[in-house]
Amino acid sequence: MTYQSLAQGAGPRPWPRLWWDGFLRTARQLDRRAWLVVPPLALLLVVFVYPVGWLLLRSVSDPIWGLQHYERMIERPVYLHVLWNTVVISFTVTSVCLAFGYPVAYTMAHASPQVRRLLVFVVLIPFWTSLLVRTFAWMVLLQKTGVINDVLIGIGLLDQPAALIYNRIGVVVGMVQVQLPIMILPLYTILIRIDSRYTQAAATLGAGPIRNFLRVYLPLSMPGVATGAMLVFIISLGYYITPALLGGGGDVMIAQLIQMQIEEFGNWGFASALSVVLLFGTAVTIGLIYRIAFPKELRFIER
Amino acid sequence: MGSLNGWTWVRAAICVLLTIFMVAPLAIIVVISFSSAPFLRFPPPGFSLQWYRSFFGNPVWLKTLSISVQVMIPAALGATTLGTMSAVGIARGRLPGASLIAGLLMAPFVVPVIITAAAIFGMFRAWNLYGTLLGLMIAHTVLTLPFVMATTLAAMRMVKPELEDAALTLGATHWSAFWRVTFPLILPAVLTGLLFSLVISFDELIVSLFISSPSVRPITVQMWSDIRGSVDPTIAAIATVLFSFSLFVMLIDHLYRRSSAKRALTSESS
Repeated sequence: MTYQSLAQGAGPRPWPRLWWDGFLRTARQLDRRAWLVVPPLALLLVVFVYPVGWLLLRSVSDPIWGLQHYERMIERPVYLHVLWNTVVISFTVTSVCLAFGYPVAYTMAHASPQVRRLLVFVVLIPFWTSLLVRTFAWMVLLQKTGVINDVLIGIGLLDQPAALIYNRIGVVVGMVQVQLPIMILPLYTILIRIDSRYTQAAATLGAGPIRNFLRVYLPLSMPGVATGAMLVFIISLGYYITPALLGGGGDVMIAQLIQMQIEEFGNWGFASALSVVLLFGTAVTIGLIYRIAFPKELRFIER
Repeated sequence: MGSLNGWTWVRAAICVLLTIFMVAPLAIIVVISFSSAPFLRFPPPGFSLQWYRSFFGNPVWLKTLSISVQVMIPAALGATTLGTMSAVGIARGRLPGASLIAGLLMAPFVVPVIITAAAIFGMFRAWNLYGTLLGLMIAHTVLTLPFVMATTLAAMRMVKPELEDAALTLGATHWSAFWRVTFPLILPAVLTGLLFSLVISFDELIVSLFISSPSVRPITVQMWSDIRGSVDPTIAAIATVLFSFSLFVMLIDHLYRRSSAKRALTSESS
């Protein structure tokens, strides 16, 4: 084993002349422990890859081959509206998370160890509780006879209860609480690694605090912003529980539409086309963010 | 940038707001679960255990709770075993395309859950696994596997292969070298994976919603159908129980990590 690894590191291996030559070589250098991946991989192929593949294929094959489901999606304003809702809600949640998450991550990165530990604890609270429990908590807080309305009326700020639930406000509030840690944690890991000598140097060269932040600190933090925003956005795209419980009729998102198409109408082909769109949107977001937010001159930060 | 004093205050205010925003909803749930009012009211007029009585006295809740536990334990054990196997295989197997395999095993974490749920629902109906305990166990195993693999793989990458080589040189078999040298070193990560998969399986809703039937129904699905009907304080009591369970598991993880870190320190210094 050890000899083999030494031989491997000795220099560039010759390009295999025939594909099976390379295949045999790879097979020979496999460690016996490689076989350990077979059972988990087999389970995943049978219970995940095959079903998902089967589902996605039905978008063009159910009940007959063709693009009819995609045509329907584009032609009916109802469905376009749901797609639009999904993007708008995800974008709103991402922006709110960034606006609140950036100052918090900044404080975490530059605070004393005690404050930092407290903030990490607070940020991680959502990870300890199920999405359902947290969404239920927001129902209790936001409903007409809920805690927030009671308090606001009690103080005299409101005459009658405000509509905080079964609309966009409810969805965004509920989703932001769940997604904030997903924004803050990647951002924090980047901010903590920014060398303070860069901002010090900029200050020495006469940059004021605002200019220093905008021209030095913010660009250096972009990989964290991008990672956090990307994660929040793609997770938001597939949200189901929160919009279903806190949203109204006008806030239906794509995941709810997929569920409805399957459970209520048994329309697998259309549900499948929606799934393809959701998966495609997720992949495109990942690709775009990496292109935009990781310019070559910033790569040194990753080391 | 210490000169930005106004900005420092803004940041402090945002951090306080964040704390309230994160903690308040859960705190209110816990408080309401002990309320003596006959309906949802805040602040509650007095203390009572009536909602816990209505939870533990109701056979429907108890049955769904037992289904959740029956699914959670085998699923977490299965995911931990398979996840650890894949981590060892990927880290030590000299596999071509190891990162591709790791990426594939992480897929259930990346693909939106609604898609996984719909796909598994479609297949499980065809395979007669719909509405069965076995079906829920298998689905939860696949869903939690990425978490175990991610934590264990990270730990495996920290353990030097030379340690095992040294044991082999000293006459250990491959089997005993793994169990007596490598495994104890990755054990904290494996246990964290196990605890996480217990919690994830217990809290899982979306896939269960698709593949469970009224006779085999986990507690989260029952809560879901109740919540949609009305906001009943019994749900607050159940939510508090669920929350305490997660908190308890995290506490165990925390204490275990601290004691194993301490052990590592003392063994280094001696």
